[in-house]
Amino acid sequence: MEIFVVGLSHKTAPVSIRETVAFAPEHIGDALGQLKKLPCIAEVVVVSTCNRVEIYAAADYAEEGIEAVTRFIARYHGLDVEQLSKHLYVRQGDDAVRHMFRVAASLDSMVVGEPQILGQIKDAYGYAVEYSSVGLIMNRFLHKAFSVAKRVRTETNIAGNAVSVSFAAVELARKIFDSIEGKTVMLLGAGEMCELAARHFVSNGVKEVLVANRTFARAQTLAQEFSGRAVLFENFADHLHQVDIVLSSTGATNFIIQPEQVQNALRQRKQKPMFFIDIAVPRDIDPRVNNVGNVYLYDVDDLQGIVKANMDERQKEAIEAEEIINQELVQFKGWMSSLEVVPTIVALRQKMERLRQREVEKTLRQIKNLDDQGRRAVEAMSQALVNKILHQPTTGLKRAQKCATAQPYVDVLHELFELEVETAPGEMKKIDQVDQD
Amino acid sequence: MSILLYKVALLMYALATLMSLVAVVRNRGNEGRRARLLLLVAFSVHTVTLVVRYFEAGYTPVTNLHESLSFFAWALAGVFMLLDMQIRMQVMAAATATLITVFMLFGSLMPMHTQELNPALDSFWLPIHVGLAFMGNAVFTVAFVAAILYLIQERMLKSKKFSALHYRLPSLETLDRINYRCLKFGFPLMTMGIISGAVWAESAWGTYWSWDPKESWALITWFLYAALLHGRLTVGWRGRRAAIFAIIGFFFLLFTFLGVNLLLPGLHSYSSMAG
Repeated sequence: MEIFVVGLSHKTAPVSIRETVAFAPEHIGDALGQLKKLPCIAEVVVVSTCNRVEIYAAADYAEEGIEAVTRFIARYHGLDVEQLSKHLYVRQGDDAVRHMFRVAASLDSMVVGEPQILGQIKDAYGYAVEYSSVGLIMNRFLHKAFSVAKRVRTETNIAGNAVSVSFAAVELARKIFDSIEGKTVMLLGAGEMCELAARHFVSNGVKEVLVANRTFARAQTLAQEFSGRAVLFENFADHLHQVDIVLSSTGATNFIIQPEQVQNALRQRKQKPMFFIDIAVPRDIDPRVNNVGNVYLYDVDDLQGIVKANMDERQKEAIEAEEIINQELVQFKGWMSSLEVVPTIVALRQKMERLRQREVEKTLRQIKNLDDQGRRAVEAMSQALVNKILHQPTTGLKRAQKCATAQPYVDVLHELFELEVETAPGEMKKIDQVDQD
Repeated sequence: MSILLYKVALLMYALATLMSLVAVVRNRGNEGRRARLLLLVAFSVHTVTLVVRYFEAGYTPVTNLHESLSFFAWALAGVFMLLDMQIRMQVMAAATATLITVFMLFGSLMPMHTQELNPALDSFWLPIHVGLAFMGNAVFTVAFVAAILYLIQERMLKSKKFSALHYRLPSLETLDRINYRCLKFGFPLMTMGIISGAVWAESAWGTYWSWDPKESWALITWFLYAALLHGRLTVGWRGRRAAIFAIIGFFFLLFTFLGVNLLLPGLHSYSSMAG
């Protein structure tokens, strides 16, 4: 049994393709049903988000499965296989497992480390469980993916720092102020960027919002939205000392805030620190304001610089995450191969046992005048011989299974001894019996 | 016995320092918790050390440089852990633990044996005066650590160039709050330390104040912190200015504590290197 994935993502397909191929939640049940009916597919999960559509499946013969799934996607969405294949990627075995781990850990995301993808995979698994399209392998596989994602999240700093300008501003504020809760924000200008940043501050607990805008009515509507208060644009400087954070994005062509004004405000507020965020281009705030003590001024470039640095930081953390994934991959491979090793050992034993019984019978038939003791001796000798012969290969196989290198041995044994194996979950129980020997 | 215990305590402090530094570098919370636990163990061993020494020597062990350093390091550890219960900060723990270890290390380089108590010190004022003064010093040392961290964080926020430390350090306001809180607790302790010294001096030597170098330097240091407290309360000195003050204050303090004994002879010089 092998795991494989057929899919496409923001890295391989433009949005026009992604939206055609996406499975809407109400169609996933139907899709899973159809996939399950494909003769070569044993278990299947469909992950469909706006950035990726992936079908993970377990099959006895991965190549056949891959072909069937590819045809299914094309047929389901009324696309031409040729045309679709351009955007598809296919992974099987270890590569498929690694791919899932990377996706779940958000290493394959557009914004590395973004947290939504894990939830989306959990949803996908939820559907698969609901429509019972998963079994032993996929259950284990998905749960493993969740735990890998969790490990990556807690052991690396991959989701650590802000990767958007407005979040970067909030994080900076957290390094200046004890907490944002209870602080007051002033919005200068009512631009979209400003509004977005303000929203982040409000959702992080800002107490009061003041809005100043050249058109007072617009200031009023915006103030209402944040349950704050509007002030006259001409008078905004009189309110500077009341606010801790200033968000500015007016259309002014000159600096509207001068260092002297800020110095005054600071004196009035007994030097309590102030944070100025200037997201206007051209800038609203004289850069010299940053030189005033206890005042911190950041413009758009500064914030974008931080975002860029944080992105790079995430890339570095991603390297650590890959290491974790490698470790987990080895573990999972061990489990996968145990699915094959145990039945192989069982089959090998059964085969030997059949041979032994046949030969013992033959021998006993030929020696007519053997007493009970003699018969028992022949029986015992043959059994001991089989056990002795099988002992070494059995322990060798188990050892190989622990290091996840059992596959070639399994294949050779099947080939040489012409074994017949069913990889049914029930076989797992026999692992204990075999271990007893 | 107390010397052996001292060495054990020193070793534990060193281990706690190492562990908390590793925790800062790797930014792992559970390692930080373990480092704190180790610091607590080191502090407990150190407490036992002081008690054992008290009984071995028969007096409060703060009469020579080794004993003073030991007691100071102990006070610093105690004060820091009290603060840490309220404001948990990994970097602060690492920096303070480093300082504690350095003081302990210096203490171990001094002559460590107990000796006969100078009769002039044989008074119940000894533990009170020295205890108050050293507690005050310890609190101001914590303020010093917070001030250094403040300046580092402020530098990064102003220049917009961030090292990994930026993410590990607490906010400016938090660091400034520690500065203020230390001032609020340290200043009364220091004041009482000086007053208790004056009262003791009156009962022992018949004069409250004799302008011996230690007294003079302590007074200068006291004025420095008084100025900072005044500035804070009236015109809102805070942030960078308060941090710089706390750093300067600490160096005056260090000089009053160590420099005066080593460099300037005077009434307090029985606690010199010779013991």
